[in-house]
Amino acid sequence: MALQAIAFYLLAIVTIGSGLAVVSVRNPVHSVLFLILTFFSAAGLFLLLGAEFLAMLLVVVYVGAVAVLFLFVVMMLDVDFGALKQGFARYMPLGGLVAGILAAEMIVVATAVATGGAASGPREPMAALDGLSNTETIGRVLYTDYVYFFQAAGLVLLVAMIGAIVLTLRHKPGVRRQVIADQVARNAQNGMRSVQIKPGEGMGE
Amino acid sequence: MDATTNFWATPGGWTLLAVGQILAVMIWILLSLAFLLLADRKIWAGVQMRKGPNMVGPFGLLQSFADFLKFVLKEIVIPDGADKVVFILAPLISFVLAFAAWAVVPLAPGWVVSDINVGVLYLLAISSLGVYGIIMGGWASNSKYPFLGSLRSAAQMVSYEVSIGFVIITVILLAGTMNLQTIVAQQAGGFWNWYVFGGGLANLPMILIMVPMAVVFFISALAETNRPPFDLPEAESELVAGYQVEYSSTPYLLFMIGEYANIVLMCAIITILFFGGWQAPFPTPFLESWPATAQSFFGFMWFFAKTVFFFFLIAMVKAIVPRYRYDQLMRLGWKIFLPTSLVAVVLVAAWRVFGPAQGAI
Repeated sequence: MALQAIAFYLLAIVTIGSGLAVVSVRNPVHSVLFLILTFFSAAGLFLLLGAEFLAMLLVVVYVGAVAVLFLFVVMMLDVDFGALKQGFARYMPLGGLVAGILAAEMIVVATAVATGGAASGPREPMAALDGLSNTETIGRVLYTDYVYFFQAAGLVLLVAMIGAIVLTLRHKPGVRRQVIADQVARNAQNGMRSVQIKPGEGMGE
Repeated sequence: MDATTNFWATPGGWTLLAVGQILAVMIWILLSLAFLLLADRKIWAGVQMRKGPNMVGPFGLLQSFADFLKFVLKEIVIPDGADKVVFILAPLISFVLAFAAWAVVPLAPGWVVSDINVGVLYLLAISSLGVYGIIMGGWASNSKYPFLGSLRSAAQMVSYEVSIGFVIITVILLAGTMNLQTIVAQQAGGFWNWYVFGGGLANLPMILIMVPMAVVFFISALAETNRPPFDLPEAESELVAGYQVEYSSTPYLLFMIGEYANIVLMCAIITILFFGGWQAPFPTPFLESWPATAQSFFGFMWFFAKTVFFFFLIAMVKAIVPRYRYDQLMRLGWKIFLPTSLVAVVLVAAWRVFGPAQGAI
């Protein structure tokens, strides 16, 4: 399994390195590009774990859609680096505090899992079903045991989407919109009229 | 014989075998692309009653190779204000991704570089990454037209990926697997078993859903590869050449090869998902007495013919259909294709659960 070990260390180093680069590079567009690299190598790590479905979903959803929109927004914003750096010293203690708490929590959870084991919770890890790929296994679990949570998560996303649309949708009066049905319904009778224009008067609409 | 099988199982032999397969596929695609590019120009010219390129070689057959030499020998110009690393990286990403997707494409029985379980998802993932080459190229050029082109492209590709995803789900529902080789194998035994006709006579009512889905997929594929009538990212009358304005010589060549490799890939995906991949359109019981290699060649011939046919359709669309306006493009993607394909997914799923083949996966 030397090949797997090489692949793991390579992907892990790239993940951590590009993760660091996300927060340290100056140019925000480069930052997003490094974020994409991080996602991509994380997907590679999933593949090494044998979770090919999760790996592909990570790439399709996060790299293919979410990060594109990030990049889209960041490219269009004209980020002023001077203004960004101004508040650095002021927000440093608060940011450090939040980062510290987060790190502590993660270490606590990680040690709890490592010593107690994730399996010591209320539910035993599912035994691998014979002859099923992990895509099918995930499907069975999501749509049977966890179907309510799954649907609830979908509803939360739907509400968020509708909220975003409601907040940003404004109908400007006086904007001419294309009504396809009207265009299709036009024919020679109602689409044309013949007008006699007298010299010097014009149409006078 | 025993010694050779052992050698191919060792890491060294395995790597050598994989590299050899990848090279074989890549060289085959590059060679095909050279002639498909010429075919594209010839078809376009034919529709407009021109002759097209006809000077280099007989009937202009070697035109693509002359173009290749020209691109390679020219000087690479990098604009002054460009972000150099990203500028060079963008065409490389386009090129690499366009070829990476071919890894899971089943070319014939047993002819596939990597026969993975989530092949369909892999194709979706790689094609959704393709947008980065274009966005990065447009942004790194530090120029207005490329930037506008790349913004258009990003919005367009993200929009049409959604409907492509749903169309693919209908096929996955019918097939019950995401392995491309299995999807093709299930369409054996004649054209009525192809998924465009619902996959088998028992599923014949699905023809009402799958034929429109194949059309939706074809049109979405045009949008996804920035082909006319959806070539707004490179609309020459508005944006000069969109995201590739500042590119010259080899980087431009990489962009162009990547673009055409993607187009052919889309043709191959339509062939595999809807039109039976390497299956012949009639029952082939006589194949069983053939040696395995001959069977593979027989299958490959069909796959190649079907793919070229869809490439011909795409080339004809370029010659015939005028360019869409951008708001019309978005309307088509979000207000027509997305609801249609969503309803199709629901109907196909309902057919799978309540139809005659209840619960059979």
